[in-house]
Amino acid sequence: MNTMFTRGPSIVSRLALALFLSVVLIFVDHKYDGFASIKVYLNSLVSPLQYVASLPGQILSSSAERFTSHQKLLEDNRLLTLQAVIMSEKLQRFELLQQENTRLRLLLGSPISAPTEKMVTELMAVDNNPFSLQIVIDKGAIHGVYEGQTVLDDKGIVGQIMEVGTTNSRVLLLADISHAIPLRIARNNVRLIANGSGELDELLLEHVAHSADIQVGDMLVSSGLGDVFPEGYPTAIITSIVLDESRPFAQVTATPIAQLDRLRYLLLLWPEDAPTRPIFQDYERALETVP
Amino acid sequence: MKLRSYIIALSIIVALVLQIVPMPLTVDKFRPDWVLLVLSYWALALPNRVNVGVAFFIGIVLDVLMGTSLGVHSFALCVNVFVLAANYQRLRNYSIWQQSVIIGTLSALYHLLVFWLQHLQTDVNFLFNYLWPVLPSMLMWPWVFALLRKVRRQFRIT
Repeated sequence: MNTMFTRGPSIVSRLALALFLSVVLIFVDHKYDGFASIKVYLNSLVSPLQYVASLPGQILSSSAERFTSHQKLLEDNRLLTLQAVIMSEKLQRFELLQQENTRLRLLLGSPISAPTEKMVTELMAVDNNPFSLQIVIDKGAIHGVYEGQTVLDDKGIVGQIMEVGTTNSRVLLLADISHAIPLRIARNNVRLIANGSGELDELLLEHVAHSADIQVGDMLVSSGLGDVFPEGYPTAIITSIVLDESRPFAQVTATPIAQLDRLRYLLLLWPEDAPTRPIFQDYERALETVP
Repeated sequence: MKLRSYIIALSIIVALVLQIVPMPLTVDKFRPDWVLLVLSYWALALPNRVNVGVAFFIGIVLDVLMGTSLGVHSFALCVNVFVLAANYQRLRNYSIWQQSVIIGTLSALYHLLVFWLQHLQTDVNFLFNYLWPVLPSMLMWPWVFALLRKVRRQFRIT
């Protein structure tokens, strides 16, 4: 090893250069969002690492699937059939209500809400970055995913797409500290904004007046204001209200309805005014047309 | 001969994968800083090959993988690798446990730097949980050190 006559600049000047570059990168990335287009390529470049990292989990879960007993499968099948019957009954009533709603809206002359297209996606990785709650899903630009798209699970809103890669994309969860979502109370249409708290099971509702009509247990649905999230999807339930008159606003917290700590299958939504359309694989298209 | 020239890159790639492998939430906060450990070893063993430049590049990759703003992890890694590469002659003579205390201190510095840089951007609050990886990193250092030294001698990397 030849350390006495090292080539290139000294280590201190290298450090100075690297730190300077880092600070410039942080500044440009955070303040001006200057790398939005490059990040797509960067994400695609590192996605092999993510695939490799998610392999052990996939092998475990697929071998677990292989070894499930006959009994368990029968049990699951029975439960799912039951669920399907109950769901289809609900769906029948829903169709009726939808027709009625369309007719009423026609009478009132208000616009009819357009159908949204959906695509099922699977969780690929959860970030272990403790400062930011993000997940990676297995659909990307080649499936028509766009930035700011709404992501749901089977219970409610999960978050929105933050970065799109070629075959995967990154979802910012509702509970992330930099995330906020406009909501309204389903009971009385009081409008609120829910900020993430950084904890998976807590949202903070800010600037709520002491006199606002809020109760613990109220269901919050997305209000559709802000043009990011479509209207009417269940999002959170109010868990605590502290009315401290010495503070300007009431302190209200809510918990997300979606189970953010056990996500597996997710749903991507394309409202009518989305910038891209979904691009389905054949088998997914077949699923879509199931009545 | 072919493999020999890729060993360092390979070890860093393995560390990157270990850093992002999904884990249950309860175990996740005790994940050692694999990338920091591996870079630290190479910075101590071969400071002429792995120093600030490599740390900067790996930091950017880590930023993309973790979804932080570009530059956050590269800043923290560069500082750590600089400290090691600048003092490698002294640190090499320490016993393995003294080294592991130093690695623990550097790991704490790494997490604090990442926290501070994030704190400047969004108002994240400090939780003691953020410092849990320090302990596993200290405990893993002797093993990482022994393994990588064996690899280095086996393939005679200089």
